[in-house]
Amino acid sequence: MKKDENISAMCDPAVGEAGKTGDWRSVRPVIDQNKCIPCIKKKPACFLCWLYCPEGVVKASIPVEIDLEYCKGCGICAEECPPKAISMVREDK
Amino acid sequence: MGSVSIITGNQAAALGAKLSNVQVVAAYPITPQSQLAELLSQYVESGALKAEYVRVEGEHSAMTVCISASTVGARVFTATSANGLLYMHEQLHWAAGSRLPIVMCCVNRGVGAPWSIFNDQQDSFSQRDTGWIQIYCRNNQEILDSVIQAYRIAEEVYAPVMVCYDGFVLSHTMMPVEMPEAGAVEKFLPPYKPHSILSPDNPKTINSVLFPGRRENTQGVLCDGFMEMRYKLQAALENAPAVIKKVSSEYTQAFGRDHGGMLWEYKSGDADILVTGLGSVASEATVAVDILREEGIKAGVIGIRVYRPFPRADAVKAFENARHIIVLEKSISYGYEGGLCSDLKGAFYGTGIKAAFDNFIVGLGGRDVKAREIVDAVKSSISSAERDPSNAKPKWLNCFTG
Repeated sequence: MKKDENISAMCDPAVGEAGKTGDWRSVRPVIDQNKCIPCIKKKPACFLCWLYCPEGVVKASIPVEIDLEYCKGCGICAEECPPKAISMVREDK
Repeated sequence: MGSVSIITGNQAAALGAKLSNVQVVAAYPITPQSQLAELLSQYVESGALKAEYVRVEGEHSAMTVCISASTVGARVFTATSANGLLYMHEQLHWAAGSRLPIVMCCVNRGVGAPWSIFNDQQDSFSQRDTGWIQIYCRNNQEILDSVIQAYRIAEEVYAPVMVCYDGFVLSHTMMPVEMPEAGAVEKFLPPYKPHSILSPDNPKTINSVLFPGRRENTQGVLCDGFMEMRYKLQAALENAPAVIKKVSSEYTQAFGRDHGGMLWEYKSGDADILVTGLGSVASEATVAVDILREEGIKAGVIGIRVYRPFPRADAVKAFENARHIIVLEKSISYGYEGGLCSDLKGAFYGTGIKAAFDNFIVGLGGRDVKAREIVDAVKSSISSAERDPSNAKPKWLNCFTG
């Protein structure tokens, strides 16, 4: 493996540069596609989860997807979701 | 051969920065540094110095501006004193940890409380462990020359350098100073080459959190953990004395003046008693040594020019034949003794040096230190029969301690 030649700490901005932060999570977001607005309407709409996610791991797609490799499980998406389509499920359950 | 001007220490420092073609200056005025900040803003305003002068609301911001400007590739300068330096403290660690070759003058002043605007060295001493190189100057010529040298050292070692000189004793005292030719300084000091440049063309995350262990990044590089990065700073400072001595001797070749690399000596060759200290107090000790020699006492002076990195190898050589060492210090580690005294004792442990030590705390808050008083201190030390190293408290010179 290549050695770190930098004399001060630095990195190139890239997905995963801070490690697989998803493994910190104790609860994970699960989307109910029968309640999620863009999933029901089959067109770009709402996406408040994408807007509010502090980690940028929500994809504004149809259906909406969450990258669990880097999702820390903070639950902001579930809190902000107008139809309450996202529930936070314990990782040990 | 340059021209000679009669100038203050602050003027010498400002001219040193100007001759070094600094590109960004950010400084907040504080006595006794103020004249230095004012002169630099005048140079920038008149166009004599092609630099940006960033006005800031305090010293913490002054150092932050220097860190930012250095990170994008500018040669930067700042200066402060006393509580201003302490207000910068957090950013001093940040500058050293980022390995930025920032040069700063510390115009040494006592730290409040109680308030004092007058000279001692408690301010820069209390920043000893921030990872900065510290140079102490004994006269105004040395201030000017050391600022120029500091950029060469900083930009080769990639560590910030603090050029320290005594407030009022040097900052506001006029002395003849020989001015190097601008062209000769440009030849001596090539343009700053950053170890990396933060730019929109090459975005980087700088100083992101490092974890206790090492970690592979997305490009397959095994990145240092916090401890490896700290080691790199220590290794750089361990190797710095060679750079400092090389820069000093190249400066002598180019300009004919030698202020010593890590330390300087005065009549030390045959001396039994060596007086040591940092900055102007060591210079005053040379006058005391002349008086002592007239009285038949074989004394000499070792002036410590660079305090960090500590000149361990040079000190062991310089103090080799000393029977008695008198350490004069304008600062103290409360509850113990002067830091220079502790460091010298540590450096001599396990060597052949078995000299007796006497530590004098002198000149705090601007109390005058006269050559005659140093003479008396030396005489009282050599005549004191009782010596118990386990209870060797520092003595307070010219101070009512009853």
